[in-house]
Amino acid sequence: MTPHSAHPPEDKPASAAGSAGLVVPQHVTLFAPPATLKLASGAEFGPVTVQYETYGTLSPEKDNAILVCHALSGDAHAAGRLTPEDKEPGWWDVAIGPGKAFDTNEYFVICSNILGGCKGTTGAMSPNPATGRPWGTEFPMITIQDMVAVQKALVDHLGIRRLLAVSGGSMGGMQALEWAVSYSDMVETIIPVACTHRMSAQGIAFNEVGRQAIFADPNWNCGDYYNGPSPDSGLAIARMIGHITYLSEKAMHRKFGRALRHRNTYAYNFETEFQVESYLHHQGKKFIQRFDANTYLYITKAMDYFDLGAGFPSLRASLKRLKAKTLLVGFSSDWLFPPNDMKEIANALRSNGADVTFLVIQSDYGHDAFLLETEELTKALRPFLRYARRHVADRRDRANETPPLSGGEVPVL
Amino acid sequence: MNATPPDSAPSAPAVLPDPALNRNDFRTIVELVDPGVRVLDLGCGDGTLLKLLQKHKGALGYGVEHDPNRIMDCIEKGLSVFQGNLDEGLRDFEDQSFDYVILNLTLPEVHKPDFVLNEMLRVGKKAVVCFPNFAQWHIRLRLLFLGRMPVDPIIPHQWFDTPNIHHLTVCDFEEFCGRRNLVIHRRGFFRTLAGGRVQESMLFPNWSASFALYVLGHNA
Repeated sequence: MTPHSAHPPEDKPASAAGSAGLVVPQHVTLFAPPATLKLASGAEFGPVTVQYETYGTLSPEKDNAILVCHALSGDAHAAGRLTPEDKEPGWWDVAIGPGKAFDTNEYFVICSNILGGCKGTTGAMSPNPATGRPWGTEFPMITIQDMVAVQKALVDHLGIRRLLAVSGGSMGGMQALEWAVSYSDMVETIIPVACTHRMSAQGIAFNEVGRQAIFADPNWNCGDYYNGPSPDSGLAIARMIGHITYLSEKAMHRKFGRALRHRNTYAYNFETEFQVESYLHHQGKKFIQRFDANTYLYITKAMDYFDLGAGFPSLRASLKRLKAKTLLVGFSSDWLFPPNDMKEIANALRSNGADVTFLVIQSDYGHDAFLLETEELTKALRPFLRYARRHVADRRDRANETPPLSGGEVPVL
Repeated sequence: MNATPPDSAPSAPAVLPDPALNRNDFRTIVELVDPGVRVLDLGCGDGTLLKLLQKHKGALGYGVEHDPNRIMDCIEKGLSVFQGNLDEGLRDFEDQSFDYVILNLTLPEVHKPDFVLNEMLRVGKKAVVCFPNFAQWHIRLRLLFLGRMPVDPIIPHQWFDTPNIHHLTVCDFEEFCGRRNLVIHRRGFFRTLAGGRVQESMLFPNWSASFALYVLGHNA
């Protein structure tokens, strides 16, 4: 068989990878009157303020832009640090930066907080212009499609006509898929990671338990809590449930086993005894400091509504709209969004004759793997993006060979 | 608008013959398929053959490969690949959805060759199979005189680390096709993987050929 090199020479070792550096969040207000955003529910909404960050430099041809979409609890701060003293870098810093999977020496990476988020983009926490008070549960119900419509408006605002790639994990992957079907002419490639084409009954069930925990918290007060105590215990329980679904049974057992926190014998009472309990409490506590309960309700509901095949006779028929070159990456132990869901997407795309690659990375980390298995993910993303960039450049060169009509803009090469 | 000045144009790669086409198996397969066909390459490795089919025949090609490192090589070439194990069958693939299903130098590695060949002709209108011939005379003599499992350019593995678990010969394969009532549309025999020529018929192929390539179909 043919010899092959496992590591193309262009690949720098991981140690050469750097940080995206200091970043400044930016804001833009879209859908300002008289424009409105038509939501999937039929409601009209606006204006929408969007918080976003960018990393790297947009090429003169504006052909190196990559949109990264965040998951349920993420935000626009995907990479780098906000202040020099900042302890934690952005949520996907392992993948975005010089020499990393989304190499900021090569690409211009954009990440924005989703519509309905609580991190700078208009959501349930934002003031309702009509009353001046936070929207709370008056905020309209939103969908993945609506989030993507806002991202599209942001991309338009940045003057980018075509994205080199749209990528994201979990709910971010749903957005990447939605991009490819809703704005098929604006995306060269998509890289949905650890996601699904429709929320499963099990996924909806877990989300519903999380929502019920928030509803049951007396502080929730039908969503009107912004002037009083927050429904912290409800939100913390929702997050704890979430964390159980993000880890595989194996990863959880390896991490905590049956280890006890303080002693070697059982206390025979209800104090936090097992390490795993302590871990979940810690995750819950951390989460309430940075997230909003109403936002959690809205976003989980948006995920539950996600079904790419809805309104079409089949998933395959729905995916006929997709034109992007697609790389689907799943993780073997992910049981929240099992690799089989991604395989269904891949099969449907292949039946349509689409350009699709399906990869399963072996991992014990469960759903969380998409943020942890960086090395394996990088190995696939770098050559994929490199090819896409080359392909776009070749196409441009070919187009330039035929002299443009008068007034044609000649891109700087 | 001036055309690109010739000195700034890099040497056009399209004019150069593809070095990969020196491989008898690759060249034969590229030659035998019609332009624009749908091909599925099982055990596509680093995607060299798929890339050739795409480039020279405008084929719509998909690969199946289990080794993640080789999938990365395919991704680098911009190919469409599915991670999968051939022994689990091609259940994700619809009946007769490909013009050709290729199994190049992979047949001795699969656990259930019979099942895999059957699946190939379910999914594809034709199957292309190329395998090393274990009855080639070098191999026979080595086994006869040295009493050792042969290690040579045709089968370059020691017995303890070979991926090949089902060695076969030209005679075995012909007999298998007869027994399964498969139609042999084409044969190709060659003595080395690269160089030399591919013969549609060869005197005593089971003795002389190092590699055999078959195009198979179902009885109409």
